[in-house]
Amino acid sequence: MTSTKTAPPSAPSPQQARPDRTERTPRRIAFGQKLSKWDFKLSPYLYISPFFILFVITGLFPIAYTAVISFMDWDLVRNSGTFIGFDQYIYVLTQPKFWIALRNTFSIFLLSSVPQLILAIFIATMLDQNIRAKTFWRMGVLLPYVMAPVAVALIFSNMFGDKYGLINTLLGNIGLPPIMWHSNAFASHIAIATMVNFRWTGYNTLILLAAMQAIPRDYYEAAAIDGANKFRQFTAITLPSLRPTLIFVIITSTIGGLQIFDEPRMYDQFGTGGANSQWLTISLYLYDIGWGQWNFGRAAALAWILFLIILAIGVINMLVTNRLVRDEGSRDGRSRRDRRAAAIAARNDLEHRVGGTVRDDFGSTSTGAATSDTNDKTTEVAR
Amino acid sequence: MTVKLSRRTKAIAAVAGAASIAIIAAGCAPSSDDSGSDGGKVELTVATFNDFGYTDELLQEYMDANPNVKVVQNVAATSNDARANYFQKLGKKGLADVEAIEVDWLPEVMQYSDLLAPVPADLKDRWLDWKTAAATDADDNLIGYGTDIGPEGVCYRSDLFAAAGLPTDREEVAKLLDGDWAKYFEVGAQYTAATGTAFFDSAGGTYQGMINQVEAAYEDPDSGDITATTNPEVEELYNQVLDASATQSAHLGQWSDDWFAGLSNGAFATMLCPGWMLGVISGNAEDVTGWDIANTFPNGGGNWGGSYLTVPANGANVEEAQKLADWLTAPEQQVKAFENAGTFPSQNDALTSDTLLGSTNEYFNNAPVGQILTDRANAITVAPFKGPFYFQVNDAMQQALTRVEDGTQDKKASWDQWVSEVEAIG
Repeated sequence: MTSTKTAPPSAPSPQQARPDRTERTPRRIAFGQKLSKWDFKLSPYLYISPFFILFVITGLFPIAYTAVISFMDWDLVRNSGTFIGFDQYIYVLTQPKFWIALRNTFSIFLLSSVPQLILAIFIATMLDQNIRAKTFWRMGVLLPYVMAPVAVALIFSNMFGDKYGLINTLLGNIGLPPIMWHSNAFASHIAIATMVNFRWTGYNTLILLAAMQAIPRDYYEAAAIDGANKFRQFTAITLPSLRPTLIFVIITSTIGGLQIFDEPRMYDQFGTGGANSQWLTISLYLYDIGWGQWNFGRAAALAWILFLIILAIGVINMLVTNRLVRDEGSRDGRSRRDRRAAAIAARNDLEHRVGGTVRDDFGSTSTGAATSDTNDKTTEVAR
Repeated sequence: MTVKLSRRTKAIAAVAGAASIAIIAAGCAPSSDDSGSDGGKVELTVATFNDFGYTDELLQEYMDANPNVKVVQNVAATSNDARANYFQKLGKKGLADVEAIEVDWLPEVMQYSDLLAPVPADLKDRWLDWKTAAATDADDNLIGYGTDIGPEGVCYRSDLFAAAGLPTDREEVAKLLDGDWAKYFEVGAQYTAATGTAFFDSAGGTYQGMINQVEAAYEDPDSGDITATTNPEVEELYNQVLDASATQSAHLGQWSDDWFAGLSNGAFATMLCPGWMLGVISGNAEDVTGWDIANTFPNGGGNWGGSYLTVPANGANVEEAQKLADWLTAPEQQVKAFENAGTFPSQNDALTSDTLLGSTNEYFNNAPVGQILTDRANAITVAPFKGPFYFQVNDAMQQALTRVEDGTQDKKASWDQWVSEVEAIG
């Protein structure tokens, strides 16, 4: 949209530009060109800036403020504190509870994310088939997501009761010993992961389904003609095409998984993560330090530790997926730097051949794009 | 654990809490600011939680007597929501003109007693001594208007007692249980031997009754040091309750779903019963006809829970708010609140009221609960000292008891873990 509107003045056709040039002073034209060049370069940033301005106010400021508080012995009520350096961090890191919480968080995260994604891909594939009442089924998978986590927890806590819960009653009826959902750490993780999966599987299913529908049907037709069965089509076409979407889903569910709070908080009557911290997660621990013990300095320190953990996992995620999926963001496997270098080389080449200068940015980018396009084709052929 | 009623509505807590805080933040702060300056009507907000028994009729009575005042009540779903809201806004703006607090947060509130308007000196003698003492700060300012208290009796299932061959009449049961905790557990052993089922609900709930009789359980009242781990009384109670719990407890953590189920399915026969617990039992075990209450409590009297009304000092209408808090906690209104919601009065005069003494509870086989709870209140001799770390230490203790009850750890390991947890506090 914006480029089509701003493009005409920046790239005047020679027929129009020539009479203009005779009437105006050259300087003005140069300024106008400069202006339009800036317009072309800066406008997109201006258009997306509201989000970032909002982010600085509502996102970055709290993060920075939390960092300040984390170095203090903070009194929330009187809104004051004394600077004590890294003491809060040291305290948190030396607490056995912190490490148990870290273990629980990862355990619940893995127990929820992995089966959830597998299930979501499976359901999305089913929904992608030619079935009756498509919309009904597609809306159906999103229903659990609409439910409030608190309501989900209410239902599931009835199921996972130790003595009079639904599951243990059923187990008892078929002669099996009851599972101690609240005293066995692993059992409690499974119970909480079940609640998470119940809510989020449908959400991820729909995202993956959208990605699946974007895969050109020709591929499948060609594969079918080649004699590939459904399973082969799935592994050779669907899964590779889903990669960028899968990365998005994995990253969002990682962040969500590491911040898990509602489900473990509602899992028992106290919301403190169990008598032996069986299902204490980092955010639950954070909440308890902040709002249970009113120690906001420590809570802020823990919040920052959690932030750094998520950042670290995010970086690992990115490195791994960058390696696995080369075509993310660009169509060839090259970095931005490589592409720019290639574009400059192409321009020099062009200048050399034409013997003139390529005047504006517009020209150079289009040459760059052209070269990368040809590059694309060569890589495509090479594959 | 000690927070009364709050955990019952746990499911609503997170959502309703956030919503109610938002509503309070958006709604009441500006209205109380501007209405006072109109010169005409003063609008006062009262923030409570659970059910204080302040019905619309009761508040209307005040408005009729004071035509220039309009009273609006905000009720938080649970006391935890109210607690979060209270401390987030205390010292800033946005609290209601009259804010209810629970006795469990009192140690924290006392640290900020300078931010609250003190109760006028001439009112101090209205309440029971220990009720006033708990809310009086170092400068001798009383910062809370006592509302209710939680004198404890023993609730029991007469049908289950009959099945175990024990007396069922509430006076005979009172005689049977009369004595100390050893006596209570002795009867428990007798019951368990006869029926094979549990005598009391949980080690945690029972321990709460025991520790509330210890004068300085966890902290030294003079120095403020945490003495919990070295206090022989605490260790003795810990061992005593867990020895009994091995055979006599239903191992149902209070306020858990299983515990609510246990109230109606006969999982346990007795429970320590503050006045406000009567409503919890009758509300969650509607079809059970066997519940009754005995006029006795092991080792004398015990108090569990209770609340105060406070007036934030930076409110827009402090004087009017004080008048309202004064009125709401006056004997007549306390008796009315008791009739409305079962909150037991903390005022000396209210305890001699005929209405109170004559009140009975139909669900508990028409037990004269007014008389019984008054006797229990008069039996209270100890006002336990609760310092700033009381809540944390006690919470850790409750978890230690739970660990033993659910079989995660043995008594010794759980105690050791508690000791290390308490040492990390502070």
